[in-house]
Amino acid sequence: MSNPQQLRYSKEHEWLSAAADGVSTVGITEHAAGALGDVVFVQLPEVGAEVTAGEPCGELESTKSVSDLYAPVTGEITEVNQDVVDDPSLVNTAPFEGGWLFKVKISDEPDDLLSADEYTAFTES
Amino acid sequence: MSSLPDSPRRTALDATHRALGATMTDFAGWDMPLRYGSEREEHVAVRTRAGLFDLSHMGEITLTGPQAAEALDLALVGNLSSVAVGRARYTIICDADGGILDDLIVYRLADQTYLVVANASNSQTVLDALTERAAGFDGAVRDDRDAYALLAVQGPESPGILKSLTDADLDGLKYYAGLPGTVAGVQALIARTGYTGEDGFELFVAPGDAETLWQALTEAGAPVGLIPCGLSCRDTLRLEAGMPLYGNELTTAITPFDAGLGRMVKFEKTTNGGRFVGREPLEGVAKRAAEAPPRKLVGLVATGRRVPRAGFSVVAADGTVIGEVTSGAPSPTLGKPIAMAYVDAEHAAPGTEGVAVDIRGTHEPYEVVALPFYKRER
Repeated sequence: MSNPQQLRYSKEHEWLSAAADGVSTVGITEHAAGALGDVVFVQLPEVGAEVTAGEPCGELESTKSVSDLYAPVTGEITEVNQDVVDDPSLVNTAPFEGGWLFKVKISDEPDDLLSADEYTAFTES
Repeated sequence: MSSLPDSPRRTALDATHRALGATMTDFAGWDMPLRYGSEREEHVAVRTRAGLFDLSHMGEITLTGPQAAEALDLALVGNLSSVAVGRARYTIICDADGGILDDLIVYRLADQTYLVVANASNSQTVLDALTERAAGFDGAVRDDRDAYALLAVQGPESPGILKSLTDADLDGLKYYAGLPGTVAGVQALIARTGYTGEDGFELFVAPGDAETLWQALTEAGAPVGLIPCGLSCRDTLRLEAGMPLYGNELTTAITPFDAGLGRMVKFEKTTNGGRFVGREPLEGVAKRAAEAPPRKLVGLVATGRRVPRAGFSVVAADGTVIGEVTSGAPSPTLGKPIAMAYVDAEHAAPGTEGVAVDIRGTHEPYEVVALPFYKRER
């Protein structure tokens, strides 16, 4: 699998798109989706909610387990992906595209976000 | 005290699993395929077509000799001397206190030969117990854990797939029966057993023949949609079928009567003067269970989408804890989360109002149902 070069990544396996007007799209990586197995339920933050980098802001249920969804940055949720709520399997089939989770207006970001190459090295270590 | 973990054992099909891109997992000290692709697709394949499993981690123990039957009657709660040659029985081995050491399938291969199949996690315990309990009898207990690979083909298409590879009389092979035969040129014990709730077969073969058989089944099954299946879907399949899993529904702290398996304890045995390990405590448990039922094993079906997991509390409308989830998963067949749970008898009747599961602090409503969740049409 390859991690798109134009995205940045958290060590909690979220990806973050380049900001447009201060808003970035967030999802989980193909590596994370593969480790979870079939995702059957996603609980996303509400639009308008403030999320904090590194803090849980939702849940991903798979066949075997439940995992916290972490906010990769601090900011306000501007949109959530209703398609992925209705069809959580999008997280598995299109983690970097149709399986995106939410959009966030960034007010602060941690300094340990990774580039694609750094994230690839992180998951292989 | 500390000890280094042993590196996990690998089955004879390990290279095959890796070539198929399986996600592997440590299970009871074995490196086993968890899933090859989507575990939901694997689950659906077994329910509607066929699935192929490597179950070589299961532990085989052979008992032979003139008193093999009597030894098993003493060692297990069931009446194994009454099993006909060529038939199999699901049974339980208890400790001296009546707690469950393991659940087993026992095949009577010949008048004086039984094959006991134990869970991987308990195989040493079962081997030790059988060796000790059979000591006074004319017979031998043999550790055959390394003598067999075990493949299972499960699902409605499995009889047709197997028929294309064997001349054995599969139509005459009933559920819970086993016969020796040749499959794809390989000597096998062909058993009509499984842990999925579907029709299917388990094939005990020499480890050196496992690869040949796996490839033959894969090729014969491909036209009807057989796919390789991992332990993840095996767990959801058995859960839907209401089958207990050792370590979840069954433990040494639980007797067969607590687990709803009291019918498997045969107090009326004629061998050994009716003695068997665990008899006295189990008589007391049986009496109490009849008078004042303890917690009962029930099914729970979610109305929401959050999934209950083993260890979560079952709560009444007022928040009182009334039970504990032992297994839970999203059910591919029902399309919603399901669970098995031990629940206080007064809340255990199907349809009981106000039952919920505490899922990380939120009381999610659940419907109490009778087990199993899924039963195939015959």
